[in-house]
Amino acid sequence: MKQLSGLLVFLMLISWYTLSAKTISVCASCSVKSIKSGIEIADAFDTLLIKKGIYKEFNILIDKPLTLLGDKFPVIDGEDQGEIIRIASDNVTIDGLFIINVGTSYTSDYAAIRVVKSENFLIQNVVLEKLFFGIYLEKSNNGRVYHNKIIGDAVDEYNSGNGIQLWYSKNVEVDRNIVQGVRDGIYLEFSDNITINNNISSNNLRYGLHFMFSNDDIYTNNTFENNGAGVAVMFSKRIKMVGNTFKKNWGAAAFGMLLKEINDAEIYGNTFEENTIGINIEGSNRIQYKNNNFIKNGWAIKVLGACYTNTFSKNNFLYNSFDISYNSKLNDNVFDQNYWSNYTGYDLDKNGIGDVPYRPVKLFSYIVNRTPETIVLLRSLFMDIIDFSEKVSPVFTPDNLMDANPLMKRTI
Amino acid sequence: MLKILKYSFYDLMRSRWSYVYFLFYLALGFVLLFLNNDVSKAVITLMNVIIVLVPLIGTIFGVMYYYDSKEFTELLLAQPIKRSSIFLGQYLGVACSLTLSLVLGLGIPFLLYGLFRSDVIFDFSLLLVTGTFLTLIFTAIAFNIAISNENKIKGFGYAVLAWLFLAVVYDGLFLMSLIVFEEYPLDSFSLTATMLNPIDLSRTLILLKLDISALLGYTGAVFKEFFGTNSGLIISIVMLFLWTVLPTWRLVYKSKRKDF
Repeated sequence: MKQLSGLLVFLMLISWYTLSAKTISVCASCSVKSIKSGIEIADAFDTLLIKKGIYKEFNILIDKPLTLLGDKFPVIDGEDQGEIIRIASDNVTIDGLFIINVGTSYTSDYAAIRVVKSENFLIQNVVLEKLFFGIYLEKSNNGRVYHNKIIGDAVDEYNSGNGIQLWYSKNVEVDRNIVQGVRDGIYLEFSDNITINNNISSNNLRYGLHFMFSNDDIYTNNTFENNGAGVAVMFSKRIKMVGNTFKKNWGAAAFGMLLKEINDAEIYGNTFEENTIGINIEGSNRIQYKNNNFIKNGWAIKVLGACYTNTFSKNNFLYNSFDISYNSKLNDNVFDQNYWSNYTGYDLDKNGIGDVPYRPVKLFSYIVNRTPETIVLLRSLFMDIIDFSEKVSPVFTPDNLMDANPLMKRTI
Repeated sequence: MLKILKYSFYDLMRSRWSYVYFLFYLALGFVLLFLNNDVSKAVITLMNVIIVLVPLIGTIFGVMYYYDSKEFTELLLAQPIKRSSIFLGQYLGVACSLTLSLVLGLGIPFLLYGLFRSDVIFDFSLLLVTGTFLTLIFTAIAFNIAISNENKIKGFGYAVLAWLFLAVVYDGLFLMSLIVFEEYPLDSFSLTATMLNPIDLSRTLILLKLDISALLGYTGAVFKEFFGTNSGLIISIVMLFLWTVLPTWRLVYKSKRKDF
């Protein structure tokens, strides 16, 4: 009963707000001609209806709870002067704007939309072009960034910004955004409990998604294509990565996913396709890899060092040039019940599990690590003979590095 | 020349060996596809087979045919026919029948298993093109060896050695030199060394399609230029063409001067 009455009060409050809130139209022929003056005369919880047109404004400060609603994508042109919208109040909604020409600076991070120390914000259906930083969340919690399109034209890393950046922000949901042509598509620093779903991040200079010192985050069903590296997860704990697609990240330092100093993460059901390196692992412990697909990568997994107690099970390794690459003789990771397309064993008792263990590390991958030019000898008969002899009696590869129960059929 | 080509070709078509060769590829294609039911994996396996077996069969067949038809060749030499057309005709006859067996033997099973509906059609045709080139090159090399050696056993020995050297030993030496000189910039050297061996060359050509993501992992401007753009494909095909023309030219040159 107490709960119900609370709800009633809440509903009444809301209806009071909506009743008292008024809508202010902004357009070239209206009484209010600029967004800035619109914000000035608006009261808390009002709606600014911005009509179609071009508004040449920058440094717009929203310091009260308002809704900025664009009608047929009005253009806000910052004319490369600096920051365009700064939100410094709780409960602000921005919907349906087209923001272009954010200023570039080497001293401050100008953003198209910056949220500073605010809560319960909602930024949706916004299109950003010709930007430096896109949506910049600074010490702002409990918000939502939904269905935005960020299209940059970044050429060099040193003078470009990130698409969506979260800094010291918690409980934010980043959903269904399209980010391309910026430095980092989505960048998280010191941000915990963030949910990142259904985004498409492509053609970015550096990373599609980048975690730094951020814990307990989850990202699912995102697509990362043709970035410098798909996703870089660094110095973070307990990250969940589920059902993402990493595609065509090609180049000398290109990875589908880069893990550095990551502990206790879960990597389930992702697809890594045609990357130079599917996953590059360094100093990462207690990570579960399950039900992932590694298809046609140069290296499916490259393990660099200090990686302990990781478990790889029920993954599909299909037609990679190299399945696993190690640079040390020590192995503390477990490979169990994966499907390897390069497996040549047999299954006499027909239990679906190969009777001969599979050794995923080839001698050739050691040679390539040492002398990279030898890559031109890939798939030559001589290398196959050497690999075969190493398989029969391992000398260079870790003795216990094998999948004792390789599957005969790929798992789904 | 065309008449001799036709004669050699029909002679081989009637012989058991080209049927065996054809049936072998047919069986290989069907077995691969039947066991995998996955065209892209079959293409990878097939690449290994083509790179090793096609040169071997080309070499052995070429030497065998030359020695077998030696009496007939001597008969032809007594006729008013140009020497170059006799030998070119025989060479092309052998090479064409081998190529036909290869293309048909592999083409039929892949066609039946829905090649056109799969996206590996380009990889597959590249495979057949390199197979054709390798047949032409190694048959020419075999004819060269045979024409230079009267002794059958010696000729066979050299031919098999030539195959062994190009298919296995060359890569071993190549690898050793790369490791010994690893301190030096090696990308130009490694690409040149690849160009100088037709088997490596064909392998590179196929790698460009199958393993491009791994090849781009190496930081080197020369590699990047070669593998990252179309220049790699063009240079490789031009080199393969050169590899076909040079032994053929030597065959003609040798045959004109040889004292039978």
